[in-house]
Amino acid sequence: MSTATFAHDHDHHGPPSGIKRWLYSTNHKDIGTMYLVFALIMLFFGGASAMAIRAELFMPGIQLLEPDLYNNLVTNHALIMIFGAVMPAAAGLANWMIPLMIGAPDMALPRMNNLSFWILPAAATMLILSFIVPFFPGGGSQINTGWTIYPPLSLQVGMSMDFLIFAIHLLGISSVLASINIIVTIFNMRAPGMRLLDMPIFVWTWLVTAFLLILVVPVLAGGVTMLLFDRHFGTSFFNAAGGGDPVLFQHLFWFFGHPEVYILILPSFGVLASIIPTFARKPLFGYKSLVGAMFAIASIGMVVWAHHQYTVGMSLGAVSYFMIGTIIISIPVGLMVFNYIATMWRGAMTFETPMLFAVGILFMFTFGGLTGVMLAVVPADMQYQDSMFVVAHFHYVLLPGAVFGLFAGVFYWLPKWTGHMYDEKLAKIFFWVNIIGFNITFFPQHFLGLAGMPRRIVDYNVMFTEFNTLSSVGALVFGLSHLLFLYIIIKTVRGGRQASSKVWEGARGLEWELPSPPPFHSWNVAPQMK
Amino acid sequence: MPVMNGINRHLLPLGILAAWVGSASAELGLNFPPPAAAVAQEIYNVHMLTMKIATLLLIIVFSVLIYSVYFHRKSRGYQADQKFHQTWFGNWSWVLVPVLVLGVDLTIAGSAQRTLEKIWVVPAEENMLDVKVIGHQWWWEFEYPDQKVKVESRYMPEDKAGALYLREVDNRLVLPTNRKIRFLHTSADVNHAFWVPELGFKKDAIPGYITETWAEINREGVFRGQCAELCGTWHSRMPIVVEAVAPDKFDAWIKQQQQIKLASAAEASASKTWNKAELMEKGQGLYNTKCAACHQITGQGLPPAFPALKGSKIATGPIKGHLDIVLKGKPGTAMQAWNSLNDLEIAAIVTYERNAWDNNTGDIVQPADVKAAR
Repeated sequence: MSTATFAHDHDHHGPPSGIKRWLYSTNHKDIGTMYLVFALIMLFFGGASAMAIRAELFMPGIQLLEPDLYNNLVTNHALIMIFGAVMPAAAGLANWMIPLMIGAPDMALPRMNNLSFWILPAAATMLILSFIVPFFPGGGSQINTGWTIYPPLSLQVGMSMDFLIFAIHLLGISSVLASINIIVTIFNMRAPGMRLLDMPIFVWTWLVTAFLLILVVPVLAGGVTMLLFDRHFGTSFFNAAGGGDPVLFQHLFWFFGHPEVYILILPSFGVLASIIPTFARKPLFGYKSLVGAMFAIASIGMVVWAHHQYTVGMSLGAVSYFMIGTIIISIPVGLMVFNYIATMWRGAMTFETPMLFAVGILFMFTFGGLTGVMLAVVPADMQYQDSMFVVAHFHYVLLPGAVFGLFAGVFYWLPKWTGHMYDEKLAKIFFWVNIIGFNITFFPQHFLGLAGMPRRIVDYNVMFTEFNTLSSVGALVFGLSHLLFLYIIIKTVRGGRQASSKVWEGARGLEWELPSPPPFHSWNVAPQMK
Repeated sequence: MPVMNGINRHLLPLGILAAWVGSASAELGLNFPPPAAAVAQEIYNVHMLTMKIATLLLIIVFSVLIYSVYFHRKSRGYQADQKFHQTWFGNWSWVLVPVLVLGVDLTIAGSAQRTLEKIWVVPAEENMLDVKVIGHQWWWEFEYPDQKVKVESRYMPEDKAGALYLREVDNRLVLPTNRKIRFLHTSADVNHAFWVPELGFKKDAIPGYITETWAEINREGVFRGQCAELCGTWHSRMPIVVEAVAPDKFDAWIKQQQQIKLASAAEASASKTWNKAELMEKGQGLYNTKCAACHQITGQGLPPAFPALKGSKIATGPIKGHLDIVLKGKPGTAMQAWNSLNDLEIAAIVTYERNAWDNNTGDIVQPADVKAAR
């Protein structure tokens, strides 16, 4: 009986065909691909809302978007980019690469893997519905709260807020399931002889990220559930008139929201730890200190959330604590950046597209990190808070820190996934247009904030015109450059020069021992570690 | 002399550049506006210190990166140093780097903490001027509790404000110079934030909370700011304009406001019966400033968030229901309770709403009716 089952399994070499391959998939490579395709689609949704926002801000006055639609797009842009684009893309990389990197045949819980992906399209549908329902008669007002959905404002919004709350619940469930799967895989499925401290840093980053997700996502789910109860079931958790506390929601939200930043950034930093040694042709510098730094980031990052709310009127003692805690995070983050620079130092570098992105990230993320230290300083934050300076800062951290790291990872592993080399010349053009557009978009916003322009306003005084126009022009370049990204990916999937199994001259690690593309079932026999 | 000329010629472009940057920073606003209070000056100083340290670090990191990218490349024939991570530097950098960063951190945090201790807690003083700042969707109410004066401050439409559109209001927040002022922030509906860069502090106005800030303004002038916490549809239309004047001018202004208040209270409480034309005229003025932001001048509102009054069930139904919603508001929506208006004002607004825009109910609401409905 068991022999028969085995024999059946051995016959099963290729993927099943048709729609069932994707709907019923329990294969980590197919699920990884679906995550990545989903993220790419969402990237364009989120990008389109950002382009609409920048088009409205191109000049003073209200030209294109009614104020509520503007605020709704601001909300959607954030939620789609965070939950729809960056997190699924990072999960896609995890699904594809963790089993290959640790020598496992698949994820530990393949059916749950299928579930955690297929919840996402449902969540995205709810999210898009929350945007669409107000356009129908009786659909209520639009979500004009921003992604922070602070009450009491979020208590005023119509039924679209309920769609959003359920979308957040679904996204949370998906993330927690995926995280459990990743943790179980990493702890149980490593190749014999591979100790935890032998794992690639990318695997480490996802281990820490998965724990962070399990710790903080339920807090957000609880917070939005309380919001739902306040809206419909007569409770007053956040309603001051009923004895509730509007600031409580901010604490719950940012208890999730601040670690979320590290959830977005850590996997991309893991990608850098693979890329930089490859193209510097020397071993990663400071492996153990990178692992230690990650744990420090995760644990300190959990207890500094209130630096997002310095202006709510906390006591001197409380703001001092949150300020010092926040500034201290620069130590592990600085150590990570240092280790990457030290890996480049005295290397024999070449600059293929993944490396271009990696070096660009080190420049721009360092800059974003330093404005982060400025924002952590409470007295100065009394000016920066909720101004365009903050918008500039977090885009300098999250685009290089998270999104560009994912781009780098896609270019780095695309030949492995598809078996084809991407068009290096086009990819380099994409890199340069992309980062130049990015800097033109976000650099001027620092000045807008310092000069007194608040964020999330649909219309502004003429004194802010010049930098806004410049920023919008940059955004057009930046936004359109992603069409080139899409084109390069499609072109690579459809064909191209055959990639060798090692792909890159300096590449090290188990994933490069498999052919490109790897067989549908890989590491059926676990590799032996030295 | 020729040498000097040579240097000057070389420095000339630099001088022009410096002059251009200088004038551009004033025109385009590259940094905070010049502080007008000691608190704001402290904040400005700590901002400049942190920015200088950050710039220095940036230059160091960028230099190392650029050096490495330029010299340590394969195309220059550079051989990778495979043992670099095993040198003494590789073994001890995990201690060295954090210690260095900690030093920088403590420099910044120490200076910030000292500033914080100077400015965070509102000093307790006898002669302080209290100003209560109440955020509304979408206007500011400034109350001087000891002087019993209130100011309602709303954005000025574009045709009147011109280049100052979204930075100008109908009634400014008048404050004295050289006297400590304590601001007490709260909100009538959703979260707002009071932000005037020249005065330094930004503070949230949160329903159910009273948050404090303070300032002592050191020069006369007009200082402009905006609401900084997203508060719904017209968040962009909540400018704050502070007019700082000498203490004697401030006292005169307060007296003038008190007299205006007394006069309008006397007018409202007089047992006069008003005719329709009088109420309609008064009502139109009040409606257009206080109600039209949401319900629109045309009475058509912006559904679904802001319902139309033209032909609405409430504005054409029983008077009692209409008075109730104006006086008590509608919980869970942006419609607030307007019971701080006096009887005459409410009577005029309700009369106007019941007769304007073809509502034509013919109803006339008298101040006495409002008094009875309270």
